[in-house]
Amino acid sequence: MEFVTAIVSSAYQFGDAFAFLVLSACGLAVIFGMMGVINLAHGEFIMCGAYMTVFAVNWGLPLPLAILCGSLFAGLVGMIIERVVVRRLYARPLDSILATWGVSLIASQGTLILFGPTMRGVGTPLGSFMVGALSFSYYRLVLIATALAVLLLLYLVFNKTRFGVLARATIQAPHMANALGVDTNRVYAFTFGIGAALAGLTGGIYAPTMTMIPTMGTTFIMEAFVTVVVGGADVFLGTAPAAALLAVVKASLTSWQGQLAGQIGLLLAVILVIRLLPKGITGFILKDRA
Amino acid sequence: MGRGPAFWSAFVVVLAFALAYPLFADGYDVGNNIYFLNWTFMALGLSLIWGYGGSLSFGQTAFFGVAGYSYGILTINFGTAYGFGLLSVLIAIAIAALFAAVLGYFLFFGRISGIFLGIVTLSVTLALERFMAQTAGPQWTIGSARLNGFNGMSGMPPLTLPWFGGEISLYPDIGLYYLVLCLLVVVYLGLRILVNSKFGNILVALRENPQRAEMLGYDIRKYQLGGFVIGAALAGLSGVLYTSWGQYITPSNMSITAAALPIIWVAVGGRSDITATLIGTLVVLSAFQALTIYGSQYALVVMGLLLVFTVLLAPKGLIANAGILLGSLLDRKNGGK
Repeated sequence: MEFVTAIVSSAYQFGDAFAFLVLSACGLAVIFGMMGVINLAHGEFIMCGAYMTVFAVNWGLPLPLAILCGSLFAGLVGMIIERVVVRRLYARPLDSILATWGVSLIASQGTLILFGPTMRGVGTPLGSFMVGALSFSYYRLVLIATALAVLLLLYLVFNKTRFGVLARATIQAPHMANALGVDTNRVYAFTFGIGAALAGLTGGIYAPTMTMIPTMGTTFIMEAFVTVVVGGADVFLGTAPAAALLAVVKASLTSWQGQLAGQIGLLLAVILVIRLLPKGITGFILKDRA
Repeated sequence: MGRGPAFWSAFVVVLAFALAYPLFADGYDVGNNIYFLNWTFMALGLSLIWGYGGSLSFGQTAFFGVAGYSYGILTINFGTAYGFGLLSVLIAIAIAALFAAVLGYFLFFGRISGIFLGIVTLSVTLALERFMAQTAGPQWTIGSARLNGFNGMSGMPPLTLPWFGGEISLYPDIGLYYLVLCLLVVVYLGLRILVNSKFGNILVALRENPQRAEMLGYDIRKYQLGGFVIGAALAGLSGVLYTSWGQYITPSNMSITAAALPIIWVAVGGRSDITATLIGTLVVLSAFQALTIYGSQYALVVMGLLLVFTVLLAPKGLIANAGILLGSLLDRKNGGK
């Protein structure tokens, strides 16, 4: 029984870390992979989704619908920001980092002014179950399932739908796609919207487990950066394996030495990985294939 | 920007004003205004790394914090007698530079550039902030210095110089003002010499086209690393000056908001010119302080807007653009004569 408990406990911690990394990073990775833009306002989209979710719950919507609402709202805000700011900067990726950083400052401080330093959140639903002497939260299992579902959904969207074909065409050869009648601006806007909506989903689904403060996005942002840097440009070939690899590092170090050791371990892992594989895991896998 | 007799006479006039300023002002005000000068070193370092070398480093505040904390730990433990105050300043800056050298080795020799460089340096900064923020417990002491977690470390002695027949402690007052001003002039002129030297030219060359610079036989990684370390040492100098000035440093000096501020000063000023950076930093900082009277969250919103507008409308920087405009006006006048 001891043995089973230990196995379940490690699997649970790994799954939790994996879900956290995938969900933190996927929005950022979609935008980076498609457009080469690192969105420093990523954390604020997460915050935006979380706040909207809590508002919706307070208005009386059930939690899953509220999370959907938060996600759509963040996606909408993302499309507006793409239209107003990011679109002018596609030729200058470094400047788009700066601009989104400015947006991030405005958003987090604006939220602080509008809603105050903290807000009443919603409780974690679903309760817990016991394996041996340890108790586990059902909600964490929902998070793990969501992470897998998001990966699957992204795969289907980008590989099986018309939009996915247009989006991939736009990444590979923007001018060619444009010449063949693809409205590349719309594709960029939608992609940015999807990235922001995924960030909003992350915010919404983690909202019941966190304190609602305007800077809550920064909890996610380091993990998101690290995963995207290790992963490289492709969501499926990069982000997912990177999240799995880093989840092992994070879960084992966290259970050994605590939360902070997990984060520092992540950072050391990323510095090591970029020294060895500058293009991330994506580059490694593609080189093997070629 | 910044050549010819017109510029240098303006430089002398500004310097004369800066030197004469304490004669007309209260010692307390002068002491407070050192605050602005303290930050300029970090901004100048960032201008060197980013504007001249083309490597976007978001980690300046990490080096700032490392040097600030090192200074605190050293002086709290060993005091400032026998010139150790000055020595600990140098050691603190050296620790920041060493940290930058190790980090830079992995980054530049892994040929990380552009966006990833920014993200990794920012991640390092955030990790440092989280690390320092959780050092609240009594087990986190180094010698007799308590790191004190999120509340920050305080109680370190002010900057102390050895002098004939005893040392002088420089509390925020006129003496410290002159010292910092003097340092600033030295660093500014030193950086001007540096960016116009062969080293500076190669930095600009590799910013413009890394492959070409490499083909011409320069190991660009070494030059990038060199620029990065110099910039980090300058950020460390800012950190030490800030810590000894306020006798206080907290992890929030390394937060994501704090990390954004130097970027904003340098971007708004004009990153590819140290004169524009210097003017921009002082102007933006004073504006920020003036706005903070109405609440720092409003001031930060204005800073965010300023950054977005600068990037969209004047990517070279507002002060640099103003300088270019001024220069072309002067030229037209001269041409008309």
